[in-house]
Parts: sequence; structure tokens; C-alpha cells
Amino acid sequence: MNWMNSLFILVAAFLTVFWEAAFNGVRHLMGAQIDLLPPLMVYASLYASLGTVALLALCGGLWFDSLSANPLGISVLPLYLVGLIIYAKRELILRDQTFAQLALGLAASAAVPLMTLLLLLTTGHTPLLGWGTLWQWAVMSLGGAALTPLCFVLFGWANSALLYGRAPQSSFRPDREIRRGRS
Amino acid sequence: MLKRFHYIALSLVVLLTLIILNLPNQTAARLKLGISSLFLPLFGWTATAHRLAGQAGDTLVPRRELLKQNETLRQENQLLRFQLSQDEEMRRENARLRQLFGWQQQTARKVKLGRVVLREPANWWRTVQIDLGQRDGVQVNLPVLTTDGSLAGRVGSVSLTRSQVVLLGDPSCKAAARVEDEGRSTGIIERASSLENGFVDMGYLSRNSNLKPGQNVVTSGLGGIFPKDLPIGKIVDFQATEYGLYTVARVKLAADLDALEEVWVLFP
Repeated sequence: MNWMNSLFILVAAFLTVFWEAAFNGVRHLMGAQIDLLPPLMVYASLYASLGTVALLALCGGLWFDSLSANPLGISVLPLYLVGLIIYAKRELILRDQTFAQLALGLAASAAVPLMTLLLLLTTGHTPLLGWGTLWQWAVMSLGGAALTPLCFVLFGWANSALLYGRAPQSSFRPDREIRRGRS
Repeated sequence: MLKRFHYIALSLVVLLTLIILNLPNQTAARLKLGISSLFLPLFGWTATAHRLAGQAGDTLVPRRELLKQNETLRQENQLLRFQLSQDEEMRRENARLRQLFGWQQQTARKVKLGRVVLREPANWWRTVQIDLGQRDGVQVNLPVLTTDGSLAGRVGSVSLTRSQVVLLGDPSCKAAARVEDEGRSTGIIERASSLENGFVDMGYLSRNSNLKPGQNVVTSGLGGIFPKDLPIGKIVDFQATEYGLYTVARVKLAADLDALEEVWVLFP
């Protein structure tokens, strides 16, 4: 079942990257394209294994960079760092709470572009930066935050529709069985 | 706190990222191409969906509207034919005069129409991808124009079936330009503002330039990439830079880069 969930996450990442490159409605409306990989990473780091988190960062980052003018591999590390931090603290996070999902989505969507830009500047590239970048950053962060709970809902539906549900626990306990008669 | 296993996983991903980032340019470009080719089936499906949506839209247009459009296009066609015959005459006259003065003959450039298939997913670059590639003869640095003939950018990288076009305003697309004023002031079209996609800065203009808002800006032909006299846009405002060494003008692009659907690739 775990590998099926990982597969869903990777397929979602693939479609997400394509959607970001093929459909530009959000950019026309808001002046910035929303990145859906950070919300996916939040979901993966709360519900999947560390291997899936690493795979999502690697595949998602490489797919994104292959359709972008970014140098190949620049988006991998920011995604993975965000995923790893959430993964390390996931026992302390109330992952079913919408507010927690929103907050994590906001933090991840804000951190990933910042770290990517920092990496780009560190590696000697000159991305298009200005005061407008702050607006784009705000749109990306808030958009990512708003989409994170949606991502949880969608994966919840997909999992309940396509995966086996957990078997309900029986109230019968052999250690509490009352044995009658002489033994 | 991170556990030991987490550190090992982090180190592995960092190592892998560093290896990919430090690949030779050619290898990285090939790898990028290979990875992006995974999206080819989706390109096909999107194109089919667009075509089907277009066909469905066509069937919904009323006959009266089609007849009206047909009549308008017929009139436009006649006008264009008339203009073409006049242009043909002028071209012959131009060629005769060039021959008389011993000037070098100008050769007509070939163009190829490409469809924009993808846009830049990252907000800090200005690029699009078109459906023309090496098999169509596209090479790096060929100029790219909008369908109405104004400059859109240049080809940044080419794969077999697709090319990445770096649009005007991207930090890696600079164009030598000229203002159509008395002094024919020259400058360089540089990066755009990160939000205003329709505007670019034209820097390195002489501080004595006689600039006015509304003046046309065209390519100067210097620099070796863009041919002369391709329209770029109009000056909106200008100001002297710090210490007044030169003037920077803000130019409103003639091309609507947000709405690019089809582009011309200009061949030499």
C-alpha cells in the first residue's frame, strides 16, 4: 500500500509540473505562477516514508528544472530540505488539522522559492529580481498555503477509493476470554 | 532533532544534487532534454484537447457570423494583395537603385511559424517553449518575432522537436536597440521589472539624447543576433542614472509577451 501512495505522489508531482508550465491562468490573474510542489512535499513528508520524500524532491525538482530555464537540479535541495525538516518533526505535528496543514503549506511554499533563489544567486546566475518579486513570493506562499489542505483532501479521497482500508479492530481479545468449565 | 539516518539521506541528496549541478553544460543540456521528453505524451494530449475544443467552438458559431467573417477576410485579402503588388514594385525599384549605386543586395529572410507549447514555470525567468526544433532547422540565437512582426526574443536552446525562446526582459536576452529620434540614439534593451511583463529598460543611452515619450524603439542591428529595424516598442519615460553617466528609458514592448500563442522564427 505504501508504494501505491508513493506512486500517487509521484504522478501528482509529474502532472503538477506540467500544469505549471502549460496553464498560465493564475499568472495572468495574480502576476505569479503558484508552485504546487511544496504542498505536495508537505503531504509526502507527513504521510509517506523518507524514501518517498527524497524521490519526490529528486523527481519533482528535476522535472520542474527540465521545463524551466533553471539549471538542472537547482530545485531538488530546497524541496528536500523542507521535506526532511517536516519529516523529522512529524510525530509532533497534528497532521489532520487544517490549520496545521495551512501553516506548513505557507512555510514550505515560502521557503522553497527563497532557497532556490539563494542557490541560483550563489551559483552565479542572475534571475529576474525586483520589488515585484516580493509580490510574487507572497502569491506563491499564500497560494501554496491555500492548496495544501486541498492536497490532503484529494489524496485522502484517492487513497480511500483505490487502496484497501484499514481493517476495523475487533473487540474480541483472547487474553480477556472467559473460559468456562474445568481446565 | 535529525537522526543519523536522516543525515545520511540528506548527504546523499546533497551529493547527487552537486553532481548534477556540476555536470558539463552539454551533458546537463542532454539530461534536461531527456527528462523533459517525458512530458511529450502530455503535449500531444493538450494539443488534441485544444484542437477538439476549437472544433467544438467552430460548430457553435452561427452561420451569419461565419458569412460576416468570410466577407471581412475577403476584403482584407484584396487589400493585402493590392499592397503586395505595390511592395513588389517598390522592391524591384529598390533592387534597381541598389544595383545602380553598387550597394550590396538585401536578401529576404525566411520565417517559420511556431506554436507556443509551454511557458516558464518559475517566476524569475521569462521564457517559452515552441514546437519547432532542430528538425525544423532552428538554431540557438535565431531571432523570434510575434505574428505582427515585433521582436519577442531569441532562441535560447534547441532540442529535436522543441526550442526554448528567451523573451525580451529576461536577464539573458539583451538586444542592441535604437530610438527613432533625430540623433538615432542607441542603447541596450535590458531586463524587465519582475512584475510588469510588458515593459523593459533600455540602458546605456547617451545623456544628451533627445528622448520623448512615444518615440519608437527598434533593433539597431549591432550585436550580430537581431537584424536591423525590428520594432521593439515605444518609450514611456526616462531618467538619468546615478552620477548622470547615461540615461535609462522605460520601453513599453510592442509584443504582448503574456499572450503569445504563435511566433515567427527568423532564419538567416
